Amino acid sequence: MATAVATMATVPERHRVNARRRLTERVVVSLLGLATLLGIVLLFLILAHVVVSGLPALDLAFFTQRPKPFGEDGGGVEPAILGTLELAAVSGLLAIPIGIAAAIFVVEYRSGRFAAPVRFAAELIAGLPSIVIGVFVWALLVRGWVGHYAGIAGAVALAVIMVPIVARTVEEVLKLVPHSLREAALALGAPKWKVILRVVVPTARAGIATAAILAIARSAGETAPLLLTALGNDFVSTDLLRPIDALPLRIYRYALSPYEDWHTKAWGASLVLVAVIGLLSLALRLALRRGAR
Amino acid sequence: MIRVMETRRAAPEPASDAQPETAVRIEDLSAWYGATQAVGDVSLELPRGAVTAIIGPSGCGKSTLLRCINRMHETTPGARVAGQVFLDSLDIYWAGVDAVEVRSMVGMVFQKPNPFPMMSVYENVAAGPRLRGWKIDRKAMDDLVERNLRRAALWDEVKDRLHRSGSALSGGQQQRLCIARALATDPTVLLMDEPASALDPIATYKIEELVRELSTDVTIVIVTHNMQQASRVSQRTAFMLAAEDGVGRLVEFGRTDDIFTNPRDSRTEAYITGRFG
Amino acid sequence: MTRTADRAFAAGVTALALLVPLTLAGIAALVLIDSWPSIQRFGFAYLTTSVWDPVHVIFGAAAYVYGTIVTTIVAVLLATPVAVGAAIFLSEFAPRRTRGVLAYLIELLAYIPSIVYGLWAIFVMVPAMRGTVEPALQNTLGRVPVIGQLFSGPIVGLDLLSGGVVLAVMILPILTAVSREVILAVPPTQREAMIGLGATRWEAVRHAVLPYARPGIIGGVVLGVARAFGETMAVTMVVGNSSRDITGSLFVPGYTLASAIANQFVEADSEIYFSAIVEVAVVLLIVAIVVNAVARLLIRRSIADRPAGAVV
Repeated sequence: MATAVATMATVPERHRVNARRRLTERVVVSLLGLATLLGIVLLFLILAHVVVSGLPALDLAFFTQRPKPFGEDGGGVEPAILGTLELAAVSGLLAIPIGIAAAIFVVEYRSGRFAAPVRFAAELIAGLPSIVIGVFVWALLVRGWVGHYAGIAGAVALAVIMVPIVARTVEEVLKLVPHSLREAALALGAPKWKVILRVVVPTARAGIATAAILAIARSAGETAPLLLTALGNDFVSTDLLRPIDALPLRIYRYALSPYEDWHTKAWGASLVLVAVIGLLSLALRLALRRGAR
Repeated sequence: MIRVMETRRAAPEPASDAQPETAVRIEDLSAWYGATQAVGDVSLELPRGAVTAIIGPSGCGKSTLLRCINRMHETTPGARVAGQVFLDSLDIYWAGVDAVEVRSMVGMVFQKPNPFPMMSVYENVAAGPRLRGWKIDRKAMDDLVERNLRRAALWDEVKDRLHRSGSALSGGQQQRLCIARALATDPTVLLMDEPASALDPIATYKIEELVRELSTDVTIVIVTHNMQQASRVSQRTAFMLAAEDGVGRLVEFGRTDDIFTNPRDSRTEAYITGRFG
Repeated sequence: MTRTADRAFAAGVTALALLVPLTLAGIAALVLIDSWPSIQRFGFAYLTTSVWDPVHVIFGAAAYVYGTIVTTIVAVLLATPVAVGAAIFLSEFAPRRTRGVLAYLIELLAYIPSIVYGLWAIFVMVPAMRGTVEPALQNTLGRVPVIGQLFSGPIVGLDLLSGGVVLAVMILPILTAVSREVILAVPPTQREAMIGLGATRWEAVRHAVLPYARPGIIGGVVLGVARAFGETMAVTMVVGNSSRDITGSLFVPGYTLASAIANQFVEADSEIYFSAIVEVAVVLLIVAIVVNAVARLLIRRSIADRPAGAVV
C-alpha cells in the first residue's frame, strides 16, 4: 500500500487557474464588500447626526411648551408632538378598519366580482406619490367639504396612504390562517360572518396588530400630504376642523428658516420621530418573536 | 470548512508508486456534514478508462463520496473531509492545490439536468473552456462544441438550433447537454450523480448507452440507486451501506460481474437480491 | 336570522372595501377635473415649454419634467451599483453569520422618514457637496470634453446633483432588498453547475446567478425609479427650486414635478395657475401608475417559475 504523500504531480496546464482570474476574484469581492460597507456607513452617519444634533434640543420645554415667535429662543414643539399623536389616532381609526375590511374582502370573498379591483386599486394607491394624495384630499376636503385647512383633512390624507399598507399586510396574514380552521368552524354550523370574526381574525390578530402599527409608524413620517391639508399650527389644537401641527411639518418649517435655534429644534424633532418609529419597530419584532413561541 | 490534516502529510516528495491504471485512488476517506458523519474510512482504487458504479440504499453516503472526488462536498457550509484522494497521483486535498482547479479537472453531471437557461446550447458547451480562458478562435470553438455534442450523442438533434436556449430541450436532451458541457473541458474523470433518475425510460436508455461509449476515453464514476443500471453500464461496482451509527462505509468492491453473481459479503447479497434498500 | 346577519356583514365588508377603488377613482377624477382648464389651454405644449410665468399666464412644465428625469437618472446611476453590489456580497460572499444582521441594517435605512433625510441633506450633505464634492468634480471631470458640461457653472450646492444624490441614498434600501431577494431566488443548482465546471465563486455569480437574476434586478431598479420621482420632501429641500432653465449642467438649481407642487401649491392665486399645478399632479399620477406596473411585472416574472433545468 502506497504511503507516499503529496507528490510532484501537478495540475495539468489547461486546468490551472491563471493569475488574472485569482486577482479578479479578490478585487471584485473587495469592491462588493465596500459597497455593503457604504450602505451601512450611510445609515450610521445619518442616525449619528440625528442623535448628536438633536439631543441638545431635548429639554423639558421642548416637550411641553409651544413655539415662541420668530427669532426668540426657547419654547418647544408640544403642538407638533400632540398633533402627530392626534393625527396617528384619527387616521388609524379611519384606515385600519377599512384596510382590514379590504383584506377580508379579498381573501374571504374572493369569488366576488370586485375582489380583483379592490386589490389592484390598493396596489396602485400604494404606488402613488404622497403629494398627489395631498392634492386629492385638498380638493376634496380643504377646498370642498370643510372649506379650509383642517386636521381632519390631514388625517384623511394619512389614512389614504395607510389603507393599502394595512390591506396588503393583513391579506398576507389572513392567507396564512389554515383552511382547515375555517372548514372546521363551518362544519360546526357557524355562519360565515362568525367564522371570519370569531375564528379567522382572532387567529391572525398578531399579524393584524403588526400591520396596524407598521402603517401608523409609516404615516407618522409623512410630510407632503400634510403640507396641503393640515397646514400646521403654533398652538395645540384638538379641533379637527382647524389646522393642526405635526412633527414632520414642524421639522420642514424650521429647517427652511434662518434661525439656528430652530434648526436645532428640527434635529430634536427628527430625533423624537426616528426614536418613536424605531421603538415601535423594535417592539413589533419582539412581540412577533414572543407570539411565535 | 475545517480540514483534518493527516500527520503523515509532509512536504511534497517525488514520485509515488501509484499504478498508471488507477485514475482515482481514495484512501481512508471520511466526510462530515457539521457534526454528522456521512462517510467513514472508504478506500478505493478506480481503474482508468472504465465505468465504476457506486450503489447502495438511500443515505449510505454514495453521493457524498462522489462529491469528495471533485471537492464539491466542501461547498456545503460546515462540511468537512478527512483522508486523501489522488487523481492521477495528484493529492487533491493537499494544501497547495486549489479546489477550483480540481473541479476543473473533474467533470460532474448532476441528478437534475441544469443547463444554463440564459445561455444557448452552444454557449452551454463553450462555458467551461471560456471560463478557463482557453485561447481558441471561433472555428476551433465551433469544432470543440460540435465534437462534444457528438460525444454526448446530441449533435444531430441540436445542430440546427445551436443558438437557442439550453432549456428549450426535453429532459433527456438537457441531460446530454450537461454531459457535453462537462466533457468540453477535457476532464480526466467524469462524475455522474444519478444522472438518469429524473428521466423517462427511453432517455435513461440513451444515457446508459452514452456512458458505455464514453468510458473508452474518460474514466467514469456513476452513483446510482438502480442496480440493473449499475450492472448494465459498469465494469466495477462499489457497494456502500450505512451502519447503525449512520456512517456510510464501503462493504464490497470488485468487478461488476462478480458483485452481482457471486458477492462475497452477505450484506451485498441481501441488497442485490432485493431483501432491503 | 343568520342569513340576515351574514348578508349584513358581507355588505358592510364590501362597502368598506369598495372605498378603496372608489378612492382611486376619486383621485384620478379630481385631479383630472381640476387640471382640465390647464390641459385645455396649453395642450401638449405643457410638456414641452419650460416657461412658467404666472404673470403672463404661460405654464409649461418641461423644466419640472427635466428635473425629475435628471435627478432620477443620477439617483439610479449612483444607487444601483452600490445596491446590487451589496446584495451580491450579502447573498454570496459575506460570512454566513453576519448576513442577516448586515442586510437588516441596510433595510433600516428605509424606516427613516423622508423629512429626516431632507434635514440631513440640507445641513450635512449639501455643505459637503458645495464645499468638497462639486469643486472636485468640476476640477476633474469638468475638464473632460462633452461630460465636462455636466459639471459646469457656479457652485451653489442646492442643485440637481444634490437632489439626485439624496434620492440615491433613499432608494438604496429598497433596491438592495429586492436585489437580494431575487438573487436568493436563483436555484442553487445553477450555481452548483458553474462551480462543478471549475468556476471561482465570483465567476459562478457572474456567469450563472446574475444573468438569471437580471430581470428581477431590473424590476427592482424600476421600483427605485418609481420611488425616486414620487419623492417630495427630501428633494424639495435641496434641489434649489428656482431656476427653470434647462441647461446641461448638474450644478444648476432646478425643480422636480413633486417639488414644484409642494412649493407652489399654496401660492397659486388664479384658477389657471392652480389648474396648471394640478396638471403636474396628473403627470405624476400617470407616470407613477405606468412605472409601478412595469416594475411589478418584472419582479413577479423573475421570482415565479423560471427554468432551472429539466422539468420532466
